[in-house]
Amino acid sequence: MSDPSSTRAPDPFPAAGNLSDAEREDLRRHGILLTSLEELYNWGRSNSIWPLQFGLACCAIEMIAAATARFDIARFGAEIFRPSPRQADLMIVSGTVTKKMAPLVVRLWNQMPEPKYCIAMGACAISGGPFKQGYNVLKGIDRYIPVDIYIPGCPPRPEALLHGLTQLQAQIKGERMSGPDTARHLRPEEPSEFPIPDYGAHDLEPPRNPDLFQPPSLPRKA
Amino acid sequence: MHTMGEHPHGFLALFLSVALAFPLIMLGVAWLWVRFFQPAKPGPQKNATYECGLEASGDSWIQFKAHYYLYAILFLIFDVEVLFLLPFAVALTDLSSGALIAMLVFILLLAEGLVWAWNRGHLEWK
Repeated sequence: MSDPSSTRAPDPFPAAGNLSDAEREDLRRHGILLTSLEELYNWGRSNSIWPLQFGLACCAIEMIAAATARFDIARFGAEIFRPSPRQADLMIVSGTVTKKMAPLVVRLWNQMPEPKYCIAMGACAISGGPFKQGYNVLKGIDRYIPVDIYIPGCPPRPEALLHGLTQLQAQIKGERMSGPDTARHLRPEEPSEFPIPDYGAHDLEPPRNPDLFQPPSLPRKA
Repeated sequence: MHTMGEHPHGFLALFLSVALAFPLIMLGVAWLWVRFFQPAKPGPQKNATYECGLEASGDSWIQFKAHYYLYAILFLIFDVEVLFLLPFAVALTDLSSGALIAMLVFILLLAEGLVWAWNRGHLEWK
């Protein structure tokens, strides 16, 4: 394994980059806190994720439970469920996405401002779940919008949602502001809006966004 | 604190400057952030008016019936009248004849408006 920092482009904000973690920890014990703009930015964002108040099926009941006093999603700074996509950072696709509902979900996603993240909560949002063979259920929301965290379960318990949230926080904390692995929302060429499917005669048209999702193919032996 | 103690309302200037500086700093930082770091990504769907997931249909410049407007005006007759009738009733025995006549003219003017609306048939919902 090569040192990952050597492959990175030079950091334009090297305020805290020249010290090793041990040195910074030593300074922190003496009451001196050093940080970089990138760390401060990610720290602020990851600890104030505002989800969209948006429930689709039974997973939404678990999402509501995660917001109550017993599980208390406020411990992670994500208790402010916004009723408008304009004010939300996170879309928790909590439940079965029917084909009737899929264009609405994509439109809400398009209306959220960057940076935005998506959690597919439960088996239905991941793959259609128990309704995968049904004619009217979308087989995974990742066919139309990019999903950051998948939480399996049917439905996942509130603890699982909180775990997914902390995983998302860890992902946000690792995002870069510059270099080849710059975060998606900071790159001007990355799209913020995704095509909304239409109601076709038998299925949604198109059935998936080919830039995001390709169905897995079975390699056949000759 | 010493300079603020000179004028009893000096603290208002402090409040005003904080009230101005706070949003201006916020908006300035947001503007600088967009200018230097985060590219703006507007789009027709993101800028759409309706935010319920459904597509907005029709025009917002629609006509609607102004029928209720007349009832709002008629309600004002009673509303204003009650406002003046209560003190009028309390002070009735002590009033001079000039004040009494002025008040009666006022009530008559309002009652005339009610009679006019009644005659035009505005009190019946159509």
